[in-house]
Amino acid sequence: MELAIEALSLQKRYAEVQAVAGINLQIARGEYFGMLGPNGAGKTTTVAMIYCFLPIEGGELYVLDMDVRKQARAIKARLGVVPQENNLDEELTVLENLLIYASYFGIDRQTATKRALAQLEFFELTAKQHVDVEALSGGMKRRLTIARAMMNEPDILILDEPTTGLDPEARHYIWQHLKQLKKTGLTLLLTTHYLEEASQLCDRIVVLDEGRILEEGQPAALITQHVGATVIEATLPQREHDSLLQTVQALLNGYMVIGETLYLHPGYNITTVLAKVQEHSKVETLTQRPANLEDVFLKLTGRRFGGA
Amino acid sequence: MHNYFQAFLSLNRYAWRVFARNMAVFKKTYKANIAFNFFEPLLYLAAMGMGLGAFVGSINGISYVQFIAPGMIASSAMWAASSECTYDSFVRMKMEKIYHAIVVTPINLHEVIAGELFTGTLKSVLYGSVILLVITGLGLVTSFYALLVPFVLLLCGIIFSELGMIWTGLVAKIDSFSYFFTLIITPMYLFSGVFFPIEALPDIVQTVAWFLPLYHVVTVLRSLVLGLISPALFGHILWLLCFAILIFPLPLLLIHKRFIK
Ligand SMILES: Nc1ncnc2c1ncn2[C@@H]1O[C@H](COP(=O)(O)OP(=O)(O)OP(=O)(O)O)[C@@H](O)[C@H]1O
Ligand SMILES: [Mg+2]
Repeated sequence: MELAIEALSLQKRYAEVQAVAGINLQIARGEYFGMLGPNGAGKTTTVAMIYCFLPIEGGELYVLDMDVRKQARAIKARLGVVPQENNLDEELTVLENLLIYASYFGIDRQTATKRALAQLEFFELTAKQHVDVEALSGGMKRRLTIARAMMNEPDILILDEPTTGLDPEARHYIWQHLKQLKKTGLTLLLTTHYLEEASQLCDRIVVLDEGRILEEGQPAALITQHVGATVIEATLPQREHDSLLQTVQALLNGYMVIGETLYLHPGYNITTVLAKVQEHSKVETLTQRPANLEDVFLKLTGRRFGGA
Repeated sequence: MHNYFQAFLSLNRYAWRVFARNMAVFKKTYKANIAFNFFEPLLYLAAMGMGLGAFVGSINGISYVQFIAPGMIASSAMWAASSECTYDSFVRMKMEKIYHAIVVTPINLHEVIAGELFTGTLKSVLYGSVILLVITGLGLVTSFYALLVPFVLLLCGIIFSELGMIWTGLVAKIDSFSYFFTLIITPMYLFSGVFFPIEALPDIVQTVAWFLPLYHVVTVLRSLVLGLISPALFGHILWLLCFAILIFPLPLLLIHKRFIK
């Protein structure tokens, strides 16, 4: 397997905080790889080391078989980077943004124009090409930032929270574009808060918390392994939890408690568990839904994804 | 020490690309900016030259307005470079995150700063030259040596870009830039021989003035504009050249220290 990115006990600390506490990553070429984690998990710090913005502090890091400590310039020439915060040239037009960005790579004007028009076409921004960036919507700005990152025809596209703050429609729109790029053999490294985003796009994910990798695998496999297909949510007063659990515990793969809510993982015993919960007189609300990555996260950390 | 010398390697084509980016933005906005930038020196020229000039009469055999006119070129150039590399650079670095956008391409941070310094320098030459044209139109230029003014402004521009950028590397907040202007730029403006010959001041002030870059700029510009050429000018030019080169690495190293954690 040819590796796009390899990190060996990678570390980074800011004055007080150990932001990345020794992580190992192996991302294959052509893979769509996701880093999931709550605020402050160390996602941005990790990807910023990969795109050679932050110097690494401990461990080793190779990108496209090059050492980030020695070959930053050559690595950066092969990357496309979409940072967490938009940093387009607001005073310039959409097209100018792409052309200027291409000039940073030393791409000649003619090639740059050709690529820029193709990218605008692909990201459906052609109609906006002569509009100043200031006037674009959030979703369009994000698409333009991705288009910009594609100007050097990168081997690896790094996206730090590409859809945070966008409405669901704009988000799906971006996913659709990113999925199409997979055919070109692109490697994608994505950080996200959205478990759905990771499930939709990624072949493989890691769950990161407090600078450590908690779990790694295919999204669906992680869900099956840790939770099972279905989750039953029941709310009832906390003092009644034990009495309910006594009746169902033997049937469960596992469960989680957050406040008044019980998250039951019934595995294959869905109907039996559901019946028992319905019988319990103190249950106030009851829902059955497909398990998702949030449940995995909850199980792994005992916390909700938002950190609450 | 190694880093100090390494910084000079940033004077390369990558820095040039950053400069080209800034020029592309400047091309779209210069109309609004350039008008403001030469308004103020002209105001001074009118107020001081005509107002004060009526009382002062002549200095060293030339009229007062003729005396201060070359100083207006220098001050316009100085303000252009200093504000470019303080406020404008700060906005690009902290607010618009332009540095962040650039350093993830093959360009590194030192080259970004070098490109910023080129930008300050170009604006300095430009805004200084506009004043030169204006005072030429007013008949205040008496020598063809004035054609060399833009070359001197190159030195003036790089020095004040460097000083502004050093401050940007040192301060944490945009509010602190006013200190740069109150503590450094304005005193320099007043005591570098723009408004009166510093030979009139006590020896100690003259000694201090020798350490101010603007003093050397003003002296050279005045000589060129009035055609008073002497070998002493080479001393001033050499001073400016050495100063520009010696401090060049400082803004690069300071911003780097501040920007990359
Ligand atoms: N420049 C900095 N100086 C000091 N501490 C920092 C800095 N940047 C990040 N940190 C800290 O390092 C930790 C990891 O931050 P990082 O930005 O990598 O997290 P993240 O997973 O990207 O979070 P988010 O989802 O909020 O973007 C956090 O505790 C954060 O407060
Ligand atoms: Mg982040």
